[in-house]
Amino acid sequence: MTNQNTISRESDLSGGEYKWGFVTDVETDLAPKGLSEDIVRLISSKKGEPEWLLEWRLKAYRYWVGLNEADAEPDWAMIEYPKIDYQDIYYYAAPKGTNEAPKSLDDVDPKMLETFEKLGIPLQERAALAGVAVDAVFDSISVATTMEKQLGELGIIFCSFSEAVKNHPDLIKKYLGSVVPYTDNFFAALNAAVFSDGSFVYIPPGVRCPIELMTYFRINTEGSGQFERTLIVADKGAYVSYLEGCTAPFRKTSQLHAATVELIALDDAEIKYSTIQNWFPGTPDGEGGVYNFVTKRGRADRNSKISWTQVETGSAITWKYPSVILRGDNSVGEFFSVALVNNHQQADTGTKMIHIGKNTKSTIVSKGISAGKGNNTYRGQVQIMPGAENAVNHTQCDSLLVGDECGAHTVPYIEVRNPTARLEHEASTSKVSDDQLFYLMARGLSEEEAHHMIITGWSRDVIKELPFEFALEASQLLKVSLEGAVG
Amino acid sequence: MLEIKNLHTSVLDIDDSEILKGIDLSVGKGEIHAIMGPNGSGKSTLANVLMGRFDYVVTEGEITLDGESILDLRPDQRAHLGMFLAFQYPAEIPGVRPWQFLKAALDSKAEARGEEKMTVRNFSKLFDEKVGAVGINPTLVKRSLNEGFSGGEKKRNEMLQLEVLQPTLAILDETDSGLDVDALRIVAEGVNSMRSPGRSFIVVTHYQRLLNYITPDVVHILVNGKIVNTGGPELALEVEKDGYKKYLVTSEATA
Ligand SMILES: Nc1ncnc2c1ncn2[C@@H]1O[C@H](COP(=O)(O)OP(=O)(O)OP(=O)(O)O)[C@@H](O)[C@H]1O
Ligand SMILES: [Mg+2]
Repeated sequence: MTNQNTISRESDLSGGEYKWGFVTDVETDLAPKGLSEDIVRLISSKKGEPEWLLEWRLKAYRYWVGLNEADAEPDWAMIEYPKIDYQDIYYYAAPKGTNEAPKSLDDVDPKMLETFEKLGIPLQERAALAGVAVDAVFDSISVATTMEKQLGELGIIFCSFSEAVKNHPDLIKKYLGSVVPYTDNFFAALNAAVFSDGSFVYIPPGVRCPIELMTYFRINTEGSGQFERTLIVADKGAYVSYLEGCTAPFRKTSQLHAATVELIALDDAEIKYSTIQNWFPGTPDGEGGVYNFVTKRGRADRNSKISWTQVETGSAITWKYPSVILRGDNSVGEFFSVALVNNHQQADTGTKMIHIGKNTKSTIVSKGISAGKGNNTYRGQVQIMPGAENAVNHTQCDSLLVGDECGAHTVPYIEVRNPTARLEHEASTSKVSDDQLFYLMARGLSEEEAHHMIITGWSRDVIKELPFEFALEASQLLKVSLEGAVG
Repeated sequence: MLEIKNLHTSVLDIDDSEILKGIDLSVGKGEIHAIMGPNGSGKSTLANVLMGRFDYVVTEGEITLDGESILDLRPDQRAHLGMFLAFQYPAEIPGVRPWQFLKAALDSKAEARGEEKMTVRNFSKLFDEKVGAVGINPTLVKRSLNEGFSGGEKKRNEMLQLEVLQPTLAILDETDSGLDVDALRIVAEGVNSMRSPGRSFIVVTHYQRLLNYITPDVVHILVNGKIVNTGGPELALEVEKDGYKKYLVTSEATA
């Protein structure tokens, strides 16, 4: 970490365990705090959006206002947090001078590139070497997209959401809100009203995207919310593997992150979506941290497959349920999740698998690790609709406790409206046993290494679903996130 | 090499739970000591205490390795000094490959001793060679460590670790129990081939049979937390014939 000034100012907050907590000094273009129709209009005009999109945002805004007045912020999850003052948040924060998206890496503020370097993002040539195309979202603006040209030759579109609105309005118009309408829930409505940027991916029919696509998100400005929107469309017979990573600096105040992700897998297509979520979890005493309220959903058409893999180690609060609507016959939905909570972190996460088509199949593997005073809830819903002949679901839901002060909860909902469905549900709760620890330590591993090995081993069924490089990163994150809980 | 003096041990947080009641044992460099004794007499407890298991407390006595007390050392530190315990009941660790585990074990030992870590390539060679030597089914080492292994497979896996880690003091806790004849010979051959002037063994066993293959220098009889007799290999033959009856009477009389 080279940003000495900021580090010394910020590091007293957390005992230095969160190593992504640096702040970058770039001038920021801030809209005033608070949410109003004017702010929504301002965001839309800053982005030079067409009228129809502004109208959509305003409808979402009005819908959200209704929910907010009716006090309809969801409260069913097992999470506790002070009431969010939605008027005390910046809804638009862009690094100055980037109103125009940069044409090439040379146009990008070097300070920002330095930040991404610190984050370990393979942005420039390293990206090409590693075979990764990166779209990096810094606060609200998409900074640089690499390898756009190579992808372009295959007809693949991978760009920031704002660019997509300008250059591919038909696709956006067709699919925006088609899987997660703004009426879906409180946070989806909020996101639809104020989303600032995000990523857009389109894979043409029959094309297999040859590299992993990746977006890194980072919240930099104090008191700003981040509301990005991701839309991925895999046309008939297409394939894409997409990864998102997230970090945020140390902040004593909490930050709100309300994102929306929509996936559309047309007939015979496959989308693999992986997340490594490492937002700032708050200090060990429970101060600050990111409130992560995310709506992620995919639509799976005939013979298609959507697979969500997530490793969630960050955020003070995680509220997210990546789901699949299995509407096409023979479609497949998968959810693989490791959620780790330590100190005062709370996670309420899981999935929804909605079986509509015949012979639809879903697999859920959820691994919850609780340490410190952390609280981890798996909330899953499997719904078999009347037309879903021969639907199959397998759910495996495991909890691992590290220490005595943490909690693990499992809340599965199952609704079966077709008698031909076959559902299996396995659940287990275990502790890291003294026998296991002693065994590994007797071979020379330190207590911390032993815990790390037991926990990554236990999470293996999920981690092995990640692309190789990210599997290593995920394992490292589990280690760092557990610091202080063991030893 | 290893000196145990008047070792008393209880279970952590349990009153009046003394298991080892004054053990004296001295194992010289290059020696093989066998420990025999009835079920529940404290053999595994002794092995675990030597390796530093947390749930026992040493209430009295001393353990030194090469003249230095090891009582304050953690299990990993003892391993770095060259100690090794082949477990009577090896723990199952889901999702961890034996290969990955052993490489990590070797690496942390090398790191602690300031030695160079073995390259992945060299380690793979060594690993494959030892897998062949102890006759572990190669598909087994692709599975999770000990998970779903049969009793005998677990013991062979302990032997694999012993051979890869090459400790200077190896404690084998009933590594021969539950083994078929071939496996028994493999354990014996393993120990015999590793036998060297710089390496010592403590072999806990119920069966004289093993001692046909491994000739111990000294045999100890452990009854009710105490060593009640020490002698040569002939002691094992006597136990095989007469059992522990005579010791049980005397130990109860003195208790
Ligand atoms: N952690 C523990 N808590 C309570 N009792 C214990 C504990 N460890 C050992 N004991 C008791 O101490 C005694 C000695 O046990 P130990 O396992 O050392 O016997 P052993 O000689 O190895 O027996 P075996 O031949 O059956 O393996 C037994 O009565 C056992 O129940
Ligand atoms: Mg025993």
